[in-house]
Amino acid sequence: MNFPFSAIVGQDDMKRALLIAAVDHSVGGVLVFGDRGTGKSTAIRALASLLPKIRVVTNCPYNCDPDSKPEELSCPECIARDPDKLKSRAVGRPVVDLPLGATEDRVIGALDLERALREGEKAFEPGLLARAHRGFLYIDEVNLLEDHLVDALLDVAASGENLVEREGLSIRHPASFVLVGSGNPEEGELRPQLLDRFGLSVEVTTPDDLKSRVEIVRQRDSFERDPEEFCRKWRRRDGQLRRRVEKARANLDDIDLPDTIVELAAGLCLRLGTDGLRGELTLIRAARALAGLEGKSEVSSAELRAVAPLALCHRLRRDPLDETASATRVERAVEEVFGAGA
Amino acid sequence: MPDGAETWRDALAAAAMLAVAPESLGGAVLKGFPGPVRDLWLERLRDLFGRERPWNKLPLHINESRLVGGLDLVSTLQLGEPVFMRGLLTASDGGLVQLSMAERADRAIVAQVCAALDRGEVVVERDGFSARNPARIAVLALDEGIDEDERVADALQDRVAFAPDLRAIGIADLDDDPISTRDIEQARRSWRQVELDDEAELQLCAAAAALAVTSLRPATFAVRAARIAAALAGRERAELEDLALAVRLVLVPRSPVTFTEPEPAPEPPPEEESATTEDPAENESDPRADDPTVLDDRIVEAAAALLPPGLLTALARERARRQRQGGVGKSGALRYSGLRGRPVGSVPGDPRQRGRLDLLATLRSAAPWQKLRRDATRSTQQAQRGVVVRADDFRLRRYKQRSESTVIFVVDASGSAALHRLAEAKGAVEMLLADCYVRRDRVALIAFRGRDAELLLPPTRSLVRAKRRLTALPGGGGTPLAAGLRAAAELTDGVRRRGGTPTVVVLTDGRANVCLDGSTGREAAFEDARHCAAMLRLLGARCMVVDTSVRPHLHGEELAQAMGGIYLPLPHADAGLLSRVINERRDAGVA
Repeated sequence: MNFPFSAIVGQDDMKRALLIAAVDHSVGGVLVFGDRGTGKSTAIRALASLLPKIRVVTNCPYNCDPDSKPEELSCPECIARDPDKLKSRAVGRPVVDLPLGATEDRVIGALDLERALREGEKAFEPGLLARAHRGFLYIDEVNLLEDHLVDALLDVAASGENLVEREGLSIRHPASFVLVGSGNPEEGELRPQLLDRFGLSVEVTTPDDLKSRVEIVRQRDSFERDPEEFCRKWRRRDGQLRRRVEKARANLDDIDLPDTIVELAAGLCLRLGTDGLRGELTLIRAARALAGLEGKSEVSSAELRAVAPLALCHRLRRDPLDETASATRVERAVEEVFGAGA
Repeated sequence: MPDGAETWRDALAAAAMLAVAPESLGGAVLKGFPGPVRDLWLERLRDLFGRERPWNKLPLHINESRLVGGLDLVSTLQLGEPVFMRGLLTASDGGLVQLSMAERADRAIVAQVCAALDRGEVVVERDGFSARNPARIAVLALDEGIDEDERVADALQDRVAFAPDLRAIGIADLDDDPISTRDIEQARRSWRQVELDDEAELQLCAAAAALAVTSLRPATFAVRAARIAAALAGRERAELEDLALAVRLVLVPRSPVTFTEPEPAPEPPPEEESATTEDPAENESDPRADDPTVLDDRIVEAAAALLPPGLLTALARERARRQRQGGVGKSGALRYSGLRGRPVGSVPGDPRQRGRLDLLATLRSAAPWQKLRRDATRSTQQAQRGVVVRADDFRLRRYKQRSESTVIFVVDASGSAALHRLAEAKGAVEMLLADCYVRRDRVALIAFRGRDAELLLPPTRSLVRAKRRLTALPGGGGTPLAAGLRAAAELTDGVRRRGGTPTVVVLTDGRANVCLDGSTGREAAFEDARHCAAMLRLLGARCMVVDTSVRPHLHGEELAQAMGGIYLPLPHADAGLLSRVINERRDAGVA
């Protein structure tokens, strides 16, 4: 049983980033980096119950969307199916754990050993990337991930499809997912290429005021002693949150994005010298998703301000001799740009 | 003052509590060497825990597939179909796993154990299997670390409630155990219902904050421990003494705080070699103490009032021990071990040649042909079960052997030029580190000044940790060059023993004036330095002396010769130039 999302004390940035990713998958994933014991994985696992259900093609190992147009990338099995006779069912949006020590064959998929040995059949057994299609792929201790798995992931996360060429198999299937990672920076740094794949990044620290510390210990204590009762108590709050996510998802396209906001975002990225358009795009998308979560019909500079550290901190060029934390640099730039523009 | 007998009673109390609720307390890190004391403690725990419950030992060399489960090769080959073998973590469900020599455990193994502790289950995605099995376990990590580098991984320490230290306990201290298995059974049923009011929770959290235990897991453990202590004492409500016991057993052992006692009574280190003198700055640069935890004085006072008598002396002892260890927060060096290289796929080959057979890949390549081969053999021989493997199916595992390189900076922090030189060295260290997460190299920093040398940054790959350590780098005083080189030699030896490749970079003007024994005198000091430099040569370290003096001096060159290394006069070395030169030399294999 998972700890309820709404019962998590504090850590507003982390919760906000996860909810934004739940509303708009195109923001490109969330990285949660920080101290031990801050409930990083608790929050990410709790997110699963807030995600609205999706419809998938029955018996499709790749969670294909029954409503997708034929020209859209769909899996080898669904291409062979008759589009008029597709059966579908509603399932919870997949949140797939990539556990430590997972082997490459299980991540990207491999020859189905059982069928090969028994029937001499050359069949593909889809891996975790297939299972995570249209959902979330969660990697705890992401900085401990083996290099060759990181390479495989980088490729798939960028292209949205998984290409398997091994053991005489040649398969290509859709695998577009929201990458969610967590880790402790003291265990080692993250490869810059992987860092770049995350749309939003959050740094979490242990709260240092006694009140919230006591509150956290208390919540964990009551959860541990009677998890069912605890979850029942928070079910209503989780339900409200889930409806907010659903509503924001539905309204996303109708939210106005004034030109001034786009200009502000561009100015901010220019000031910080972030490379490419990805930062800008993520910034705007995240601000729009946040506006949706807050029930607004138009993105304002307040949302932009709130998501700027999440979207930009990890994109700053690192200067080893500059001690200033990236969060401070973003904050400073926000003050400068917004002071001039708003 | 807590004596051995008292420590033993506390250790037994921890054992009893662990026996009551193993999966709620996570387990214990047991410090101490093999011997009658440890054996007796383990025996007691086993009795109280219940001998019928699983208790599995994880040997140091255990591999991941044995730990979490994977393909059972023997059965797979026999039956001709994939057979799953469950791992030791799953087999220990409802029981305990014992990690021997936990301070040397591989980081991948520790990470798996931690994941099982977090989730109470093991998720396997290996060798074609996808499984999820319960593993409600407690972990007993036996810590036999002596060396400052040898410490049980922080991630594991954070996830277990207790850390009894048996090292100061003598045979005469061993006492009878007042707790019976019946008490344990009773407490198992009742501890979750024990009342613990808000005030008590607040006190425990305040105590954790006062002791600068920043992670919230220990505070959570303390709350549980207080409940269990009350249940064991037959109470329905946690009283002050239960809280005090919880603080003593759970929070104090992991506290980096040094309490000042009202009357100065410094506790001499109880055993082992004489304490190496550590600069107080070492403590300040401690990553945990650095944490910007806001400590309200009143809370400290309140917590101090709550703390049981004898605690402050215990803390002083703890502090002496930690100082001897050269500060806390060191990750076990072995977690970064990549010594055997990483498997990077498999290639066809002959297993009789050098190389390790990748059985799974071999099976995969044989699999599609089974039907065909069976049909073919059936006509000539008797029909058989099992898998028919032919020579050209064999796949050999390829490893990417990356000899982990560790750059050890030895920086002269003496005299007037120190500040500038230190700043440049710091810059170079950080630049190298920035390059490190791609190369997976490590960097360490030793500074010498005054009378001694100090390991300011143990070998690390973490930029975060390095920055925390480097901010409080002191400068000024005499030039104990010999002490610096000796410290470098010791570290070199350590790196070597772990299979790494050390590169020593000395930044100095070569003007030593403090001998190893602390006496002054240029001639004698330089002789000592040359002697230590020769030690580095014997250890086979790649060395480089960067002469930072404005007018390069003969001494620097002599030093480099003694080390068998290269000499680089760089009077105006800046961080960028330094890191570039070191990188070039290292890549060229010259440095």
